[in-house]
Amino acid sequence: MTQTTPLVALVGNPNAGKSALFNALTGARQKIANYPGVTVERKSGRLALADGRPIELVDLPGAYSLIPDSLDEQVTRNVVLGTQAGQRRPDALVIVVDAANLDNHLRFTLELIALDLPVVVALNMLDLAERDGLQLDAELLSAELGVPVIPTVAVRKRGLEELAVALGDVLAKPNNASSDDLLARLITDRKAITAQAHKLARKVVVGETATRQWTRILDSVLLHPVGGVVILFGLLFIMFQGVFAWSEAPIGWIEGGFTALTDAANAALPPGIIHSFVVDGVIAGVGAVVVFLPQILILFLFIQLLESTGYMTRAAFVMDRMMAAVGLSGHSFIPLLSSFACAIPGIMATRTIMDQKDRLTTILIAPLMTCSARLPVYTVIIGAFIPARSIGFGVGLQGVVLFGLYMAGIIGAMLAALLLKRTVTKGSTGSFLIEMPRYQLPLIRDIALSLWQRAWLFMRRAGTIIFVSTIILWALLTFPKAPADSGIPQSQYSVAGRIAGALEVVVKPIGFNRDIALALIPAMAAREVAVSALATTYAIDEKDEVKQASSLGAKLSGKWSMATALAFLAWFVFAPQCISTIAVARRETNGWRWPAFMVGYLFALAYAAAGITYWTAVSFGLG
Amino acid sequence: MQLDQLPLRQKRRVTSINWAAMPTSEGHRLRSLGLDEGVFVEPLHKGILFWRDPIAVRVGRMTIALRRKVAATIMCAEEPA
Repeated sequence: MTQTTPLVALVGNPNAGKSALFNALTGARQKIANYPGVTVERKSGRLALADGRPIELVDLPGAYSLIPDSLDEQVTRNVVLGTQAGQRRPDALVIVVDAANLDNHLRFTLELIALDLPVVVALNMLDLAERDGLQLDAELLSAELGVPVIPTVAVRKRGLEELAVALGDVLAKPNNASSDDLLARLITDRKAITAQAHKLARKVVVGETATRQWTRILDSVLLHPVGGVVILFGLLFIMFQGVFAWSEAPIGWIEGGFTALTDAANAALPPGIIHSFVVDGVIAGVGAVVVFLPQILILFLFIQLLESTGYMTRAAFVMDRMMAAVGLSGHSFIPLLSSFACAIPGIMATRTIMDQKDRLTTILIAPLMTCSARLPVYTVIIGAFIPARSIGFGVGLQGVVLFGLYMAGIIGAMLAALLLKRTVTKGSTGSFLIEMPRYQLPLIRDIALSLWQRAWLFMRRAGTIIFVSTIILWALLTFPKAPADSGIPQSQYSVAGRIAGALEVVVKPIGFNRDIALALIPAMAAREVAVSALATTYAIDEKDEVKQASSLGAKLSGKWSMATALAFLAWFVFAPQCISTIAVARRETNGWRWPAFMVGYLFALAYAAAGITYWTAVSFGLG
Repeated sequence: MQLDQLPLRQKRRVTSINWAAMPTSEGHRLRSLGLDEGVFVEPLHKGILFWRDPIAVRVGRMTIALRRKVAATIMCAEEPA
């Protein structure tokens, strides 16, 4: 026995229920990080064995084989072979197999057993297999494989204790793992291993009765040549309406909370520099961003639901032909849809795209999908300038405008893909090949856990990047103090105002004023900061306390023309304003060449789009 | 008969696959998804609108989606299984 905590890796095919098992075993005590040097997510957590010994459990990306097809699979292979940089080799493996899909999953199991690491097989989703009319003999499978096989139903927490006991047993035995020439053997033995897997599957399936195939029935509706398309677009429309409609109440509560905080600060602090710092800097800046938490969570909830029910691959199926029209495939649809939440996980999800040219194109256009960080910007501007009236059938005008902005991003992305695939990323054959898992009811516990993780990440961002950039901006806006009799607004007299004055020359032709120029700088750190920057700027200029309390939207509608507001929206459809996205693109493409190209073309697009929007609006008399 | 021309709900055995017609990685993924010579396939759904592409095929106990172009390289037995 070694002194360090044993490391156990959870491995298995995609759709084997690995994540559900991981969540069931580790509960909410999870750590999400990245493997050093690559952006594949590394999820780890702790688990206590029956005798109280702790082990570290790590969830590896789903893979079909030790011979990798994608970058995700490569990480899994490297970790189990002990060649992944910065990651010690696991002391044991838990191989997760879908009990209803032994034919396919046993092949990877056989490959993994050949590594000679201590192994426990979790025969997972046994309930679904039984629902499908399958009867399995777990003991026979264990005898045939020569390793412990534990039946589990992760979503109902069945078999978890037995799994921990078996894990304790195998960890106690000496480990004689080998990996020499294993891969060479796997390649030559591929046929033999497949045949062995099929034979084994036939042997351990001791009974099979025909049952109703829910997945097939649902698929005939959801993959219907016409109905399937209507349903997908309907779902997307509901998703975007929902983001606006269902978030109203919780946003109101959060706003109420921040108003109460402002009142408390006004009462407690004497007017002066500290009061200004707390009220104008911290509360106005951070508060302006935190109110968007409900919308971001609703968006994530939808994407989570699509993912966990198994619908996401159907959406890819429906979209494949349309994506092919611009030279991509349905594979790109999943990362692009994730990019609506955030481009970073979206770009990371491109790792499952096998075709490298398609992958690069997808990375380059991912920032055009309207990420949740842009929602605060859109919401404030739409709330201030677009009247909240219904256009019939319970559809709100504001929702329609928001939908239009999302569509503009999508259409821009498609055109960009079309151009890119004909120029800088040309030469791929294009393929679409994907497993369509059974439909499953999503597990509320797992969804809640991932929403909580998302909320936590967002709040941490609000507490760090947004907090710090708000404070820096507040300081730049506050000093030096404008003389009381000069008649120049403080935001113009300050250091920040002077920087913005220089930038204004560049953005004036597209209808942007000095305040916008100022907001664009910190928005490079995170897009939503544009909102807090505007909030801080206008809060600092307000002398009148009553006016100060009015919302940012009310202040904007007094200061900006409609044309400027629309140009500002158009800018944010295309602007590549987030340093984290650029950093991830650099890491994923191994260099600065592609991210530099991405930033360049997106800025050019944003500038052109804002300019065209502004001058069109002006010509319609909205300037 | 080519898999892309097989009518829906017809279960057939795969007799041969023209591996040379696709990139190595695609061939490997096809095998990873269980599609290989000797297995049984059954087309379940055809893609959207007038394209009717890609197609969803039952392979063993799994359903996989693939484009017709690849399906055209997969030959199935003439007689139903």
